[in-house]
Amino acid sequence: MGETNMMNKPDIKHTNPLAQTLLNKLDYDQLTNCMRCGFCLPACPTFRETGVEPESPRGRIALMKAVADGLMDPDQVFQDQMNHCLGCRACEPVCPADVKYGQLIEQARDAIEDHATHSVPVTGLRKLMFKGVFPKRGSLKLLGGSLAFYQKSGLRKLARGTGMMRLFPDHLREMESILPDSTSRGVIEQVGTFYPAKGTPLARVALFRGCIMDVMFAGTNVNTVELLSEAGFEVVIPKEQVCCGALHAHSGEMDQARSLAKINIDVFKDAGIDYVVSNAGGCGALLVEYDHLMHEDSDPEVRENAKWFAKRVIDVSKLVVEKGRIPRFAEKMSEQADVTVTYQDSCHLRNVMKSSGAPRQLMRSVEGACYVEMKESDRCCGSAGIYNVTQPEMAGQLLEHKMEHAATTNARYMLTSNPGCLLQMKLGIEKHKPPFQMEAMHIVDYLHERLVPAEDRNHNKS
Amino acid sequence: MLKAEITAKLRAIVGEKHYRDDQEALVAHSYDGTPMLQSLPDGVIYPSSTEEISQIMKVLSEYRVPVVSRGSGSNLCGGTVPSEGGVVMVMHRMNRILEVDMENLTATVQPGLITAEMIAHIEELGLFYPPDPSSMKISTIGGNIAECSGGLRGLKYGTTKDYVIGLEAVLANGSIIRTGGKLMKDVAGYDLTKLLVGSEGTLAIITEATLKLIPPPKAKKTMLAMYKDIYGAARTVSKIIESKIIPATLEFMDNPTIRVVDDFAKLGLPLDMEAVLLIEQDGDPETVERDIARIREICELEKADRLEVAESREEADRLLTARRSAFTALARLRPTTMLEDATVPRSKIADMVLRINEIAKKYNVTIATFGHAGDGNLHPTATTDARDKEEVHRVEEAFAEIFEASIELGGTITGEHGVGIVKAPYLEWKVGAPGIEVMRGIKAAFDPHNLLNPGKVFAKESRKRVVLQHG
Repeated sequence: MGETNMMNKPDIKHTNPLAQTLLNKLDYDQLTNCMRCGFCLPACPTFRETGVEPESPRGRIALMKAVADGLMDPDQVFQDQMNHCLGCRACEPVCPADVKYGQLIEQARDAIEDHATHSVPVTGLRKLMFKGVFPKRGSLKLLGGSLAFYQKSGLRKLARGTGMMRLFPDHLREMESILPDSTSRGVIEQVGTFYPAKGTPLARVALFRGCIMDVMFAGTNVNTVELLSEAGFEVVIPKEQVCCGALHAHSGEMDQARSLAKINIDVFKDAGIDYVVSNAGGCGALLVEYDHLMHEDSDPEVRENAKWFAKRVIDVSKLVVEKGRIPRFAEKMSEQADVTVTYQDSCHLRNVMKSSGAPRQLMRSVEGACYVEMKESDRCCGSAGIYNVTQPEMAGQLLEHKMEHAATTNARYMLTSNPGCLLQMKLGIEKHKPPFQMEAMHIVDYLHERLVPAEDRNHNKS
Repeated sequence: MLKAEITAKLRAIVGEKHYRDDQEALVAHSYDGTPMLQSLPDGVIYPSSTEEISQIMKVLSEYRVPVVSRGSGSNLCGGTVPSEGGVVMVMHRMNRILEVDMENLTATVQPGLITAEMIAHIEELGLFYPPDPSSMKISTIGGNIAECSGGLRGLKYGTTKDYVIGLEAVLANGSIIRTGGKLMKDVAGYDLTKLLVGSEGTLAIITEATLKLIPPPKAKKTMLAMYKDIYGAARTVSKIIESKIIPATLEFMDNPTIRVVDDFAKLGLPLDMEAVLLIEQDGDPETVERDIARIREICELEKADRLEVAESREEADRLLTARRSAFTALARLRPTTMLEDATVPRSKIADMVLRINEIAKKYNVTIATFGHAGDGNLHPTATTDARDKEEVHRVEEAFAEIFEASIELGGTITGEHGVGIVKAPYLEWKVGAPGIEVMRGIKAAFDPHNLLNPGKVFAKESRKRVVLQHG
């Protein structure tokens, strides 16, 4: 609608500088497109938890519009409300008018960030993480290495043993306890930059390795490469790729997100590939919207390339199901009854990358396993990027309800498709202890462990 | 902003955090699902019990402060916009199912309960509550009762009023009344239950409802019929009823709607069709089969150009997609969507649709019509842009003429959305000056100081009827 609609923003000069920035940055057409029908309310986790209108997408859009229209000041309550949104975007698929809520909330946060006065330590940490760590491979590897050192050297034991961790707030202490063993050896260090397809190659795909994924879940990246190869894809892993920029975009650091996107687009364009594969819903959702992220770039070539890139982004499960030779998966035969498996959707994978059927189809295909749908599996678990660190109270409530539903599935495995969700599920199991053994895993790791290699299949046939 | 003396009393009743008058709360309760209406209240209160509401009303009536009670604020008539300020009373904390009585087949619920959640619970117990407004995933039972919501099953099963058999409500002065009960027969005095259903929060604040439940139908079948001749579709509707078959669903879409829906959902619908009927029958399996066979014959007799009967649940879902997408497809055309609910006798459906199309052409506005053909309840839907004042004015003029046409055909200005602010200027056209007088008398008896949802139903000034030019 944006390009065709010439009537645009109200002609107002705000005295409040943040209000002016909000008016400038918010897409006023999108604000107008919200017809306030309220269909988004039941889909919104924060509305469901609190039951109050301002905690809903309709409420937040009304607040943004009220600020843009000069009906209210963007006070602290307003700013807190914008940050209270999980950004899970469950409101988008249910919106009759197709309002791009995810874009609006990012524009609002971007404007707020422009005027933010963070305390000195927070500013330092933001700068360190957003500018110094996520965008830089070297720093990330260093971080991964330090984490690994911390975890393996006995420092962790020392920290936990001496009660040093008690100095941290509860939620950070809980997070620390479930962090997986990190590594400085990412996927490229383990398998190289090229991995051939098993059998005739169906397509040439590039793995988006992610930054947190490649430090904390490098094994999942390796498994993804092997699974793709098994399904008939030739895999390349461009060395120069950088962080997707999602954490920056969600936190209002749009310029940073754009410069990272530019690097990635060029790197993958040069790799001559058919698809860009993501195994993390959070990263994939931003990658698939690079076209929107770059749509105001002054260089038409950048905009074209961004479109080229966005069109090729696909979730690993969806690629295997829709374009690949689906491998055979089987549970270990020692189990007597079928092993129960359940799944927590990654919000961004489901609501933005529109992949919810493919992972379920793969789980259902595992021989000796029984897939059980968890109640409200499509509802956010509270992880939401760094939300569980910045908004521990709401995140904790959401997780508690999530684990109540998890407990009724009796599932041996709780699978998910995003590192943040995976950590949150691990935390949930650790904290709420379901009355039976439950293990949280990335769907790729689960499937990889149960892969029946092609040669075995031939062997069985003969 | 209310005087500190009043807010202190209100906070003492509900607790500090359940009365709010900060900017965020006021802005977020200044609108509902109606386009282009917004007005800030003075405060927002979240009560948790009938007793609290009674105390709140005593305070508000003492100080003559208006109150707008609401559920999710999804109505389309401006019914919960606090146009005269005052306190917005949000019922979401009162959202419990108090009892499901399996012996009497009734459910007793609080008003803030989401309709779909109640239906899910009732269905788990093997029972059926038929009213199904399109907003039921978010609208509350209290809101449905206040507006007397309809839905797709109105023809066969009736609307909200047919299922509310008892109410508890708080009057403007704070006294509590109970009407009806778990009773299928009750003629003790005036029927206050029915009077409160559809009263749009202007007579009392509903605090509890007893609903009638029925056993669910055992089977269901879905079919779709398309017509090049809109009168063929209309005659089909009449003939089905004449054959003494009352379908569970009998939905209609006109040509402009078909075009928009097809463009949106890529269903491959033939674009030269003037009408689509979506028909469903439920009941015992044998009856369903027999009825569907007969309906099929009627469709063929009336020269339906395309006919599809679903053989499975998946096929039925595919057929339902077209009708289900209608609102979404229209809402995406332009920023502002105005959905009305003019309703005519079933036999006048085709005349009404053609009149709507003529009117849209006359005012050069886009209006597509879909709706519930079985009960004559149509949804002419205009797509526009709130920022284009001139076009919005033309849309409003077109709707005035549509209401006029509806009344001329023996119909009404609103079938299921309510009067609220939007249709108040037209109410007199439907009920006449003496009708308005009686209604005002009833309002004064319940609410002498006009504190309950003021500015709704009754217009400051009725609109003059336009003289229609035919031909």
